[in-house]
Amino acid sequence: MSHSAILSVPLDFRSHPVDEVGIRERVARLASRSIKKSSKIEGLKLALSMVDLTTLEGADTPGKVRQLCTKAIHLHSGRADLPMVAAVCVYPTMVRIAREALKDTPIQVAAVATAFPSGMNPLEVKLEDTRFAVGEGAHEIDMVISRGDFLRGEYQRVADEIRLVKEACGKAHLKVILETGELGTLDRVRLASDIAMQAGADFIKTSTGKIQPAATPEVVLVMLQAIDDFYRKTGKRIGMKPAGGIANAKAALNLLIMVREILGSDWLTPDLFRIGASKLPNDILMQLEKERTGAYQGLDYFSND
Amino acid sequence: MTKTKIPTKGLDWGYAPAPESADHFQLKKEYGLFVGGKSVPASTGKRFATINPATEKILAQVADAGEKDVDQAVRTARTAYEKVWRKTSARERGKYLYRIARIIQERARELAVVESMDGGKPIRESRDVDIPLAAAHFFYHAGWADKLPYAFPGKTVRPIGVAGQIIPWNFPLLMVAWKVAPALACGNTVVLKPAETTPLTALLFAEICQEAGLPDGVFNCITGAGATGAALVNHAGLDKIAFTGSTEVGKAIQKSLAGRSTKLTLELGGKAANIIFEDAAIDQAVEGIINGIFFNQGHVCCAGSRLLVQESVEKEVVAKLKARMEHLIVGDPLDKNTDIGAINSKAQCDRIQTYLKVGQEEGAELFQTKCSIPDQGYFIRPSFFTKVAQSHRIVQEEIFGPVLAIQSFRTLNEALEKANNTPYGLSGGVWTDKGAKIFKVTRGIKAGVIWANTFNQFDPASPFGGYKESGYGREGGRHGLRPYVELS
Repeated sequence: MSHSAILSVPLDFRSHPVDEVGIRERVARLASRSIKKSSKIEGLKLALSMVDLTTLEGADTPGKVRQLCTKAIHLHSGRADLPMVAAVCVYPTMVRIAREALKDTPIQVAAVATAFPSGMNPLEVKLEDTRFAVGEGAHEIDMVISRGDFLRGEYQRVADEIRLVKEACGKAHLKVILETGELGTLDRVRLASDIAMQAGADFIKTSTGKIQPAATPEVVLVMLQAIDDFYRKTGKRIGMKPAGGIANAKAALNLLIMVREILGSDWLTPDLFRIGASKLPNDILMQLEKERTGAYQGLDYFSND
Repeated sequence: MTKTKIPTKGLDWGYAPAPESADHFQLKKEYGLFVGGKSVPASTGKRFATINPATEKILAQVADAGEKDVDQAVRTARTAYEKVWRKTSARERGKYLYRIARIIQERARELAVVESMDGGKPIRESRDVDIPLAAAHFFYHAGWADKLPYAFPGKTVRPIGVAGQIIPWNFPLLMVAWKVAPALACGNTVVLKPAETTPLTALLFAEICQEAGLPDGVFNCITGAGATGAALVNHAGLDKIAFTGSTEVGKAIQKSLAGRSTKLTLELGGKAANIIFEDAAIDQAVEGIINGIFFNQGHVCCAGSRLLVQESVEKEVVAKLKARMEHLIVGDPLDKNTDIGAINSKAQCDRIQTYLKVGQEEGAELFQTKCSIPDQGYFIRPSFFTKVAQSHRIVQEEIFGPVLAIQSFRTLNEALEKANNTPYGLSGGVWTDKGAKIFKVTRGIKAGVIWANTFNQFDPASPFGGYKESGYGREGGRHGLRPYVELS
C-alpha cells in the first residue's frame, strides 16, 4: 500500500514553540507542592490504580507473567484497601497467558507492538504485529512511532502509520510511544505529541523504558500541555502515560500534581492517566505501610514480582 | 472487556494543609531600637504593635523612634565610621559580610517563617526567594569589599560616610540586604529604617550583626512610621539617603534634600508591561504572567501589572490564564502549598479594593478566581481586568496588589507605545520565539530591567533600578557600588 493512498484529513504540523527554561521553572514549582497526610494516602492509592505493571524482557516466561498478574490483583498481602493496578503490559506472545491469569478482573492487558522498541520494521510487519496482539486478546496496544521518519521530517508518514495501526487495533485502545529520549528537544516532543493525537492516538506515552532519558518531568509537562491544547481545540480527551524511570512514590505524586494542575481532576482516572512501571508499586506500598504503621519496612516484606 | 470510551469522572484530589512549623524559635514580646550594637528603648517611651496580616494578631511590640533617637543613631553611626569602620581594612570588612551571609543561611528557616508571619508572603517564596537572595547579596558584596579598585579601574575609591536607608514592606529582609550589603562593603556605616508593618526581620538582622561581631554602631536600626523616616531624611548628619518605596514619598524626599549635598538614590514604583507576541511559547508565557503579577501578592515594584497581548492570541492567552489562575491557592502564608498569601496590611488591602471598584466604574471587566479565602486576615483573590483603556487609572497607577490589566495590540510599535505610555520605567517583559524581536522590544522600552521569556529574575550581580518616576540609581552588580563610593 502506498502512503499517498491512505491520506485523509490534512494534518496540522505547525510548531507550537516550547521554552525549555520556562518548562524547567514550571516543573520546579509543581514539584514544590507538599503532599501530606490524607492527600498523600489518597494520592498514592490513586497512583497504584493507574499503574501499567510491566514486564518487557526477552527472558520473560509464562510463569513470570502469571506472577506479575497475581501481583497486579493482590498488590500486598493483608491489605484489602488497596486498588488493583490498571493494566498489565507484556509482549504480544504473552497476551494470552495474561488474559487467562486476569480473567474475571477489570485489569486490562496491554501489548507492545509495531516492532517494539525500535520500530525498525516495514509497515506491514508492524500492522501484522498489531493484529496478532489484538487477536490474542489485548485490550490495549502500545505502539512506537518511527523515530527515523519523524526526525527526517516525514511527519505525514509518521501520522499515516499511526492511523493504520489504529485501524488494525479495532476496538483495542491505542497508546502511541514517542520515545522522547530519542527526539532530542522539547519542541520535537511537542510536535510528535500533536501528530500522534491528530492521527488517532487514545493515549500518548513518553517512552519504551529501553532508552534513557525516559519520562522526565519536563517531557511529561510538555505532553500534558499538548493534550490540553488538543482538548481545547477538539473537545477530545486524550490520555497520558509516562513510562520509564518512575521508580518512587514521590515521583508518582509529582505526576499526579502535574496532571491535576495542567489538565484538571477530570484526568485523574486510569481511563486517562497511566504510569508505566515495574518497580514503582513496591515503593508506593512501602510508603503506604509507613503511613499505616509509622515505620518503614524492609524491601523483603514486599514481593518482587 | 474493552473499556468504554467515555471517561469516568476523575478523582477530585486536593492538597491537605501542609503548614511550616513556627515552634522552633521564640519572638520577643518587645523589641527596642538597635543603636551602637545594642537594643535600646525609644526616648519617647512610645511603641507600636506589628501584626500578622493573615491572622490580625499582634506578633510583638516595637519601639517608635522619635527625632532624638534618630539623632542619636546618626551620631553613633558617624562615630563608628570615623573611629572604626573607615579604618578597618577592606579584607576585614569582607570577612564580616561573609559571616553575616553565613548566619543568614544558618537561620534561614527562622527568618523565612518570621518574614511570612510579619509580612504575609507565602512561605514558599520567603523560603525559596527572599532569604536565599538576601544571603546571596551579602556573599556577593563580601567579595567586592577588597576588590573595589577593580570595579573602578584607575580611580581612588573612598567610602562616603553615613548612609540613611529607608526600606519598604514588600521584601523586608531582602531590602535590608540590597541596602546594607553594598554600603558596608564600600566602607560606610548605616542607619536603617524598616517599614512599620514589617520590622521584625530587620531586628533579627540586628541580632545577626551582633552574632557576627560587627563593630558597634556600624549598623543601626531605628523602627517607626513615616515621622521617623522624615526625621531621618531631614537629619543634616547624613552623607547619603537610599530610599525604596512609593513615588509619592520619593518625590517628597527629593524636595527635602534640595540644597543639601546629601546624595540620593530612589527606587520607586512601576507599572510594567508584559508583552506577549503570537509566536511566543504560550504556556510558558502564561506562567510568566502568573509570575509577573501574582508573585508576592503583587506587592512588587517591578511586577508585570499590565499585560499586552497580541490580538491573534488574546483569546487563547486569556482562557489559559483563567484556567491557570484557578489553581492558585490563596490562604495561610505558612502553608507550603500557598501561592498567594495575605495582603501586607489593612491599609493596602483597602487600597487594592478601591482600585477594584475604580476599574469597574471606569468600565473595565473584572475577573476573579473562585478560590476560597480565609475569613480572618487580609486577602484578595487573584484578579484581572479586560476591556481596559490606556487612560484608565488601573492602567496608569500602581495598584501594588494581585490585579492585572489586560490590553491587546496589533503591531510591535503599538505595543511599545503602550508599554512606554505611563509615568514609570522600572521593568518590562517580552515573550517571543524570535531573537530579533526581543532586541527590538528591549531597545524600545524605557525601563531599567527587561526580561525576555522569563520574569522576576533577580541576581546580586545584576543591577536593578528605574527611569522616569521609577527613580534613579542602581542596586546590585558593579553599578550598585557606585552610589556608596567617592571616586577621585
